[in-house]
Amino acid sequence: MRQEKLIALILQAVALSALAGLLLITVFIFKEGLPLILRTGLKDFFFSSDWEPDAGHFGIMSMIIGSLAVTLGAMLIGGTLGLGMAIVLTQFCPPKLASFLKPTIELLAGIPSVVYGFMGVVTLVPLIRSYLGGPGLSVLAASIVLGIMVLPTVTSISIDALKAVPRTYWEGSVALGATRWQTTHMLMLKAARSGIVAAIILGMGRALGETMAVIMVAGNALEIPGSVLDPVRTLTSNIALEMGYASGEHREALFAAGVTLFAVIMIFNTIALTFARRTIRQGRGQ
Amino acid sequence: MYRSKINSALIVPVLLCFALLLTACSSQTGESVHIVGSSSVQPFVELLAESYLKNNPEENVDVQGGGSTAGLQAVRTGLANIGTSSRMLTAAESETFDSAVVALDGLAVVVNPANPLSKITSAELRDVFSGKIANWEVLGGDDRPIRPITREAGSGSRDNFASLVMEGNPISRRAITQESNGAVKELVKGDPAAIGYISLSMLSHEVKALLVDEEAPTIENIQKGHYALTRPFLFVTKGDMSPEARRFFEYVLSDEGQAILEEEGLVRKP
Amino acid sequence: MKRISPAITQLIAVGCLWTFTLLTLSILLFIIAYILIQGLPWLSWEFLSQAPESMGRRGGIFPMIVGTFMVAGLAVLIAAPIGIATAVYLTEYTREGKFTFIVRFGADCLAGIPSIIYGLFGFVFFAIALGMGLSVISGALTLTLMILPTIVRTAEEAIRAVPPAYREASYGLGSTRWQMVTRVVLPLALPGICTGIVLSLGRSISETAAVMLTAGSALRMPHSLSDSTRTLALHFYILSREGLSMDKAYATASVLILLILALNLFAYWLMRQVTRRNG
Repeated sequence: MRQEKLIALILQAVALSALAGLLLITVFIFKEGLPLILRTGLKDFFFSSDWEPDAGHFGIMSMIIGSLAVTLGAMLIGGTLGLGMAIVLTQFCPPKLASFLKPTIELLAGIPSVVYGFMGVVTLVPLIRSYLGGPGLSVLAASIVLGIMVLPTVTSISIDALKAVPRTYWEGSVALGATRWQTTHMLMLKAARSGIVAAIILGMGRALGETMAVIMVAGNALEIPGSVLDPVRTLTSNIALEMGYASGEHREALFAAGVTLFAVIMIFNTIALTFARRTIRQGRGQ
Repeated sequence: MYRSKINSALIVPVLLCFALLLTACSSQTGESVHIVGSSSVQPFVELLAESYLKNNPEENVDVQGGGSTAGLQAVRTGLANIGTSSRMLTAAESETFDSAVVALDGLAVVVNPANPLSKITSAELRDVFSGKIANWEVLGGDDRPIRPITREAGSGSRDNFASLVMEGNPISRRAITQESNGAVKELVKGDPAAIGYISLSMLSHEVKALLVDEEAPTIENIQKGHYALTRPFLFVTKGDMSPEARRFFEYVLSDEGQAILEEEGLVRKP
Repeated sequence: MKRISPAITQLIAVGCLWTFTLLTLSILLFIIAYILIQGLPWLSWEFLSQAPESMGRRGGIFPMIVGTFMVAGLAVLIAAPIGIATAVYLTEYTREGKFTFIVRFGADCLAGIPSIIYGLFGFVFFAIALGMGLSVISGALTLTLMILPTIVRTAEEAIRAVPPAYREASYGLGSTRWQMVTRVVLPLALPGICTGIVLSLGRSISETAAVMLTAGSALRMPHSLSDSTRTLALHFYILSREGLSMDKAYATASVLILLILALNLFAYWLMRQVTRRNG
């Protein structure tokens, strides 16, 4: 019995390692980045677009706007497609086919982001440049590439949410004479709402954090984009672009951009997890 | 805040120190030659090392990037035998270090082959990259917006371009930023409105190199010192070199070494 | 205006949704086909088994294959026991409560952190603070944290899927909790756990940003865990971006795609084993 207690204790300690990892990451990122934010001042750091590392100007507003722009675009594309697929797979598709399609979509999540970026550069960017104008490297290109990349996240979490809706709801609605589509959009989507919100928010987190693909297709210009055809620099691409050479204050500033990204993502995660938990509770009928 | 500053100043040397210690430990034969520095020079030194080691399998050459300044730092502390730099040394640096030009590189200003323009002056180039000139028509080309493409902050090519052309003017915020020579070239190849700068060694018929101040970016013009956008590739040392380092150094300056660099599109040492 | 009948609305809506689905599937197919068509002709045994020459313009990718598997394999080797132990603790050793809530919250947050942040962290913590430098081990430990949540989550699901009757039977025969876990629950949950591990291996292989900042980009063959290495994904990135050799870039990308396809198929097959047994 004493041995059993020891095992339980060891397992408990190991179980804390994920949490310890999270704490370590938080501490180290903030330790490297926060001093510069405080020194520069919140206003000059967050609300200035003046990023000139050589001159000691570290304003990241244009990159914050850039990140938000491509994330929004990605969610318009990836959110719509992803949710659409989740509905098809749970409501309008033979289960056999669905059990084949789901892992196929998850394959999209396995493709390296550099491959997505590369495909964007060789296929999408020339198309945008010749048919829509602008340099091709643009908010639009980044949004489309990111939209496809976040699609598996949105789809698989939405599927879980839709599946968690009790079967009796569906049966009741169809028995009352509603069509399957009416049942889906009037009942199922409402019942699974929290889970779908969680899916969208987690997808946003993915889009916001993606780096390599964005560097390749976004153009990375520092100017705040005036249209979807303009190039844009995101927080993540700024870090990856300049980290290779950065030292001193410049490096601190890149970490400070990391702190910003980290904080936003953590807020997103917390919101998404709250919504996700609500669905589970509803699903269990509590 | 004092701590983080110290930390930042220490980071590159500490990293290098570690990497070098490890490679030093793993090498079995003789002393390794450690070369640290400019990421623009690094690929060429890697090539030189590759062919050098083919003929001298008993030697050991270890090449690392990190930037020109990090290279000097490593030489100063004795962590590297040779530092590489893609910029001239400052007056203070020349007092501490010995340097030798091993090759010259030109920055070619490139546009799309469909662009009717064939030459540009440094003043125009400056205005294009600072955003003052925004349409090709002003330069005698077609009526279309100019899309300048620059490199990321910190890269040697950007630093060289800024010091050789920009004269203290900032590069426009609208400029598209790419992280490699190849990416700049690829973009210029596909976009009739683009203009960028790449290493002479990357030049090919897929893009058109403009004459800068009436001079073409050719090996001859660079050797004669006519072409303005020229940068040196330096080997930097301090005090006496180890025999191993000297042998490699001599190989690089030898006809064989220089031929390799020339084949890669660089210009022989003057 | 006349109301459109529900049947027509349904037709339009479902038509739209199926279009979305087919569009997504064709994008996936297009990406895979494009890379393989461009890359497979350049793939050969020599390419897989030789070292690269002149920055990768000639020669092969053998050191990158070794480096990729060292980094990704080591990450999985470290993360798997930790992840499984966490899952066992959460499912078998404790009741739902504050502790499980906090651990799950930690794992879920870890899952949402972008890879560039992992890269920054791995760089300052493993490479600098712990003095590991840009190396295989720095890269592997960074990836360990990154894939840990996936392994915990999938292992938890697999363990929960084991019917309670097995546990009761095991207890009935007088086994301790640990014996029950190791001899009954884990063997039954193994295929599910492996699915998570295989998918994590795939994710480690695909990762670029985090590995770039922690394992470096040395072209040489890594001889020890403290050597810097360049993974396949990063090699593809550098080859294609520096314009060194598009043929070699496509060939490298097709190796990556084939690896990911194989791992996903394997994971799918494992999952089928589970559903067949349970269903």
